[in-house]
Amino acid sequence: MTENLMPLWEVFIRPRNGLNHKHVGSVHAADAAMAMQAARDVYTRREEGNSIWIIPAASIVASDPANAEENFDPASDKIYRHPSFYDIPDDVGHM
Amino acid sequence: MYSQGLIGADTATKETAEFLAEFQARIDAEEKIEPNDPMPQAYRNTLIRMIGQHAHSEIVGMLPEGNWITRAPSLRRKVALLAKVQDEGGHGLYLYSAAETLGVSREQMTEELLSGKAKYSSIFNYPTPTWADIGAIGWLVDGAAIMNQVPLCRCSYGPYARAMIRVCKEESFHQRQGYELMKSLTEGNEDQKAMAQDALNRWWWPSLMMFGPPDSDSQHSDQSMKWKIKRFSNDELRQKFVDATVPQAELIGLTMPDPDLKWNNSLNNGAGGYDFGEIDWDEFWRVVKGHGMMNKDRIRARKKAWEDGAWVREASLAYAAKQKANAA
Repeated sequence: MTENLMPLWEVFIRPRNGLNHKHVGSVHAADAAMAMQAARDVYTRREEGNSIWIIPAASIVASDPANAEENFDPASDKIYRHPSFYDIPDDVGHM
Repeated sequence: MYSQGLIGADTATKETAEFLAEFQARIDAEEKIEPNDPMPQAYRNTLIRMIGQHAHSEIVGMLPEGNWITRAPSLRRKVALLAKVQDEGGHGLYLYSAAETLGVSREQMTEELLSGKAKYSSIFNYPTPTWADIGAIGWLVDGAAIMNQVPLCRCSYGPYARAMIRVCKEESFHQRQGYELMKSLTEGNEDQKAMAQDALNRWWWPSLMMFGPPDSDSQHSDQSMKWKIKRFSNDELRQKFVDATVPQAELIGLTMPDPDLKWNNSLNNGAGGYDFGEIDWDEFWRVVKGHGMMNKDRIRARKKAWEDGAWVREASLAYAAKQKANAA
């Protein structure tokens, strides 16, 4: 098996209008048209969606899990970013 | 098939005790492990092996049933069988995708299947000589697979768990169509009833073997349970399957081919369950090691499909490269 590797595409499906496209998996295909066809066959056999996005897997830029702490932990001590941090009189009702 | 995936697994680890303890703490806290997270090499190897074998089982599993598509006795049965076989292909693809997130290529997995290095479930090395076999496969083989796969939806490795959720949603129809098929045969003439009973006789024991070797012989299970790759032992799942399936057979007037099968009030912590006879583990190991009735046929069929498709893969890649060059 010395041939070129078949490119990998990530597949995103929107279940219905009003919702986001959501990652569902991946397919291998030589080009975008074949990837779209494969994604349709593999991921929408039971009305799972009405729209498909496919993206070359190599084009995705991901954050490094090794940096997860410095990226995301600082948010946990910034409780003043949440509404419940602020005291207001009960009498004011819903705000 | 998933427990069989652990046969021969290398679960030795070389990481520091501190790293392993940290990893175990994440597992114990029910955190999911995602593709780029640090993980012990043995955790990675076990999953590559297990998910790869699961994927191969889905793909090879298309063959025994595909054998009957052109001869299905009605259009209703034919569309159901076509949809089921197409689902198995889809399940194989979800699983290959999940395995690839661990750093193994699709090409490498395919090569390992074709060379015999990677295994697939022993059940697919049995032949399907009659139409009733299609019913027995849906009811028993898919039934056993569901028993195995439902706990895998909670596997500690995120991509595998997510693939299993999709598979389980789709698999329920497979079992129901098989049971319905068997039921309609048992409501037919004497020959049809006999055909259903004969299929059950041939598939019952191999279905029990799908859960893998007994816990007493299953040296890789402990570590996999500790890492929450598996949630139940082989014997626990096998007992659940027997308890669920025996009443289903009785309901449609079929008899399990096991003279030792009897109700035992003390099983399952007093809830009761079925005692069953000795499984022929020599047969199991023979089939796993390549000496089942259909091992050679199955690999020959997969090789032919791969080789016959080579020109399509080459042409599509050449076309894509040309389109890209023209656009540049």
